[in-house]
Amino acid sequence: MSNAKPRTDGGATATARLRRTIDQLTAEDIGLYVVLTLAAAFYLVPIESGLVTSFKTGTAIIETAPFAPPGPSGFTLEKWQTATDTLLRGMGNSLLYAVPATVISAFVGSVTAYGLTIPTWKKSYKAVVLMLIVAGIFIPYQAVLVPLTQFWSQWVQLGDALSFVWALGIDDDYVGIIELVITHVAYGLPICTLLFRTYYKTMSDEMIESARLDGATLRRVYRRIVLPLSGPMFAVVLIYQFTQIWNDLLFTLVIVSTESSPAAPVVLILAGLGSSLEGQDFALRMAGAFFAALPTLAVYILFGEEFAEGVAA
Amino acid sequence: MLDFYRRLHRTISPSSRDDDSEVRTDGGVVSDGPGADPAPEPDRDLTTRLKATLDQRFGSDFIESSVFWLPPFLLMGLFVYGAIIWNLLISLTDYQRFENAPDYSNLDFEMYTRALADTGFIDAAINTLILLIAFTAGTLVVGLVLAILIDRGIRFENTFRTIYLLPMSLSFVVTAQFWLWIYNYNNGIANNVIGTVGLGPVSWLGNQDIVLYAVIFALMWQFSGYAMVVYLAGLRAIPTEHYEAATVDGASTLKMYWRVIIPQLKGATISAAVVLMVFGMKAFDFLYSLSGGYRPPNGADILATKMVREAYANLNWAYGSAIAIVLFGMALSVIGPYLVYEYRRDNL
Repeated sequence: MSNAKPRTDGGATATARLRRTIDQLTAEDIGLYVVLTLAAAFYLVPIESGLVTSFKTGTAIIETAPFAPPGPSGFTLEKWQTATDTLLRGMGNSLLYAVPATVISAFVGSVTAYGLTIPTWKKSYKAVVLMLIVAGIFIPYQAVLVPLTQFWSQWVQLGDALSFVWALGIDDDYVGIIELVITHVAYGLPICTLLFRTYYKTMSDEMIESARLDGATLRRVYRRIVLPLSGPMFAVVLIYQFTQIWNDLLFTLVIVSTESSPAAPVVLILAGLGSSLEGQDFALRMAGAFFAALPTLAVYILFGEEFAEGVAA
Repeated sequence: MLDFYRRLHRTISPSSRDDDSEVRTDGGVVSDGPGADPAPEPDRDLTTRLKATLDQRFGSDFIESSVFWLPPFLLMGLFVYGAIIWNLLISLTDYQRFENAPDYSNLDFEMYTRALADTGFIDAAINTLILLIAFTAGTLVVGLVLAILIDRGIRFENTFRTIYLLPMSLSFVVTAQFWLWIYNYNNGIANNVIGTVGLGPVSWLGNQDIVLYAVIFALMWQFSGYAMVVYLAGLRAIPTEHYEAATVDGASTLKMYWRVIIPQLKGATISAAVVLMVFGMKAFDFLYSLSGGYRPPNGADILATKMVREAYANLNWAYGSAIAIVLFGMALSVIGPYLVYEYRRDNL
């Protein structure tokens, strides 16, 4: 009884509030919501159309509208089956380099940002280092591709150095995975450093200063004060980096190069999926696209706030 | 000059108080990290002195903090700046085909003169400029409009924002598949929509004059959510009094935004524009996935795709490097002024 009473009460005020809101709605407000909803539809239609198409049979694709769901006769899971079979090994390979590269670049970025923010040294020299780092975020990677290929194929023979690993029966194409980890860490460092730096700049320096006055070393200050407070920023950086590395095609293309390689990442296989001599199989392409996007979609839906923070910085 | 000697004396002289404290912190470092190797005694004296001099020059924490930022900075510097200089060198050679390494003994600008004579290069350069300008401007306008609408205190603000930003979380490879389907000649939505007003069908990706704009539209779809987020942060930073003052003055809503609010979004516009231009230069992934190969649809070739095609499909390594340098120069002309601007505003 006592339980039900407040609930009806709350419901009544909610209805009243809703009615009041509706009364206050002007034509302008309604227009606003219509525009926002139309815009939302614009952003969702390509995705929605891809999703329904991935469940359609060949005839349903031609007979139904591209954004309409397939009828019961035109429904099939066959394309998802094929897409999963083709892409599953790629998913494994992508995880194999995306996860370590994300974790390492986030951690190293945090350390770098700390060294460039909290300790006191000349601002003008710091600015030079920072400028070089920030510029590293924006360079078009085409400008480093040929040297990168030279570096991994001629200079650093990682494949030979790791011959004992291949002797265990692991395909030696997997050297590409290690090369991808190092490459992504090196090129991901600038953005990770910048993200952490914006965060560390806002940190209160009272605590750090008093710790320093007590004779704590920089390493101790990082481990005891800065690192434990970096949690929220780690979430942002990890999510941003994971999305970036998972989605990147260019580096996988020049380092692993062929989709038939046992170490081929998912994006590389997806780029060639569903096109054959008979024409393009769109249902298969859509199913593959969704399957490959599942990890980043999951991350986005679960951590949308952190993702928005990461891109806005 | 005298000042310099006095400083030098102070740092070297063992009796000075300054140096005493230096030794103490140094001792702290060694005891804290057992991994650091204790140098032999006379050497250590020298390193202590050297450290003190360096600290004097660069600031008190310079040496101690360099452990944190210097190794990552060197790694990144090697991969970014080392590689760009190396790339510049390769572009001056005649490196091609299956030669194992470039021959650096004979450097000339042959690859750059070859680029200027190559109509394919000129077309790609023009397309790159069109893409950069149209894509950046269009995305900024859409993002600004969305941000203003969302900022008007609406309900479900988070839902709308999440939906608008969603495409940004997807890979170019994935979105290219979606847009291939939308632009499909027989069954695509694009032709369905213009069909309702009696137009088309249009071969969006087959017509050389249209394909570049079709690509720009798809990229705008993917990145306008990003522009919206940046503008939204800018709008939130504007004090409410500015809105109120404008309303009291009797300005219409449109006029208020145009005269009062938008001019205050200059910083947001600049940083969003720089990031978008860089995204535009990286549109390689999208174009590669549209065609599933190194050659993008006819009429949509940009420098980024041409560079990779020349190097990795035609094995003209030196020529590809030269195109990459041109692309890098374009990027630098945008990034350079931006970094100086940020430095002046003390934002770095």
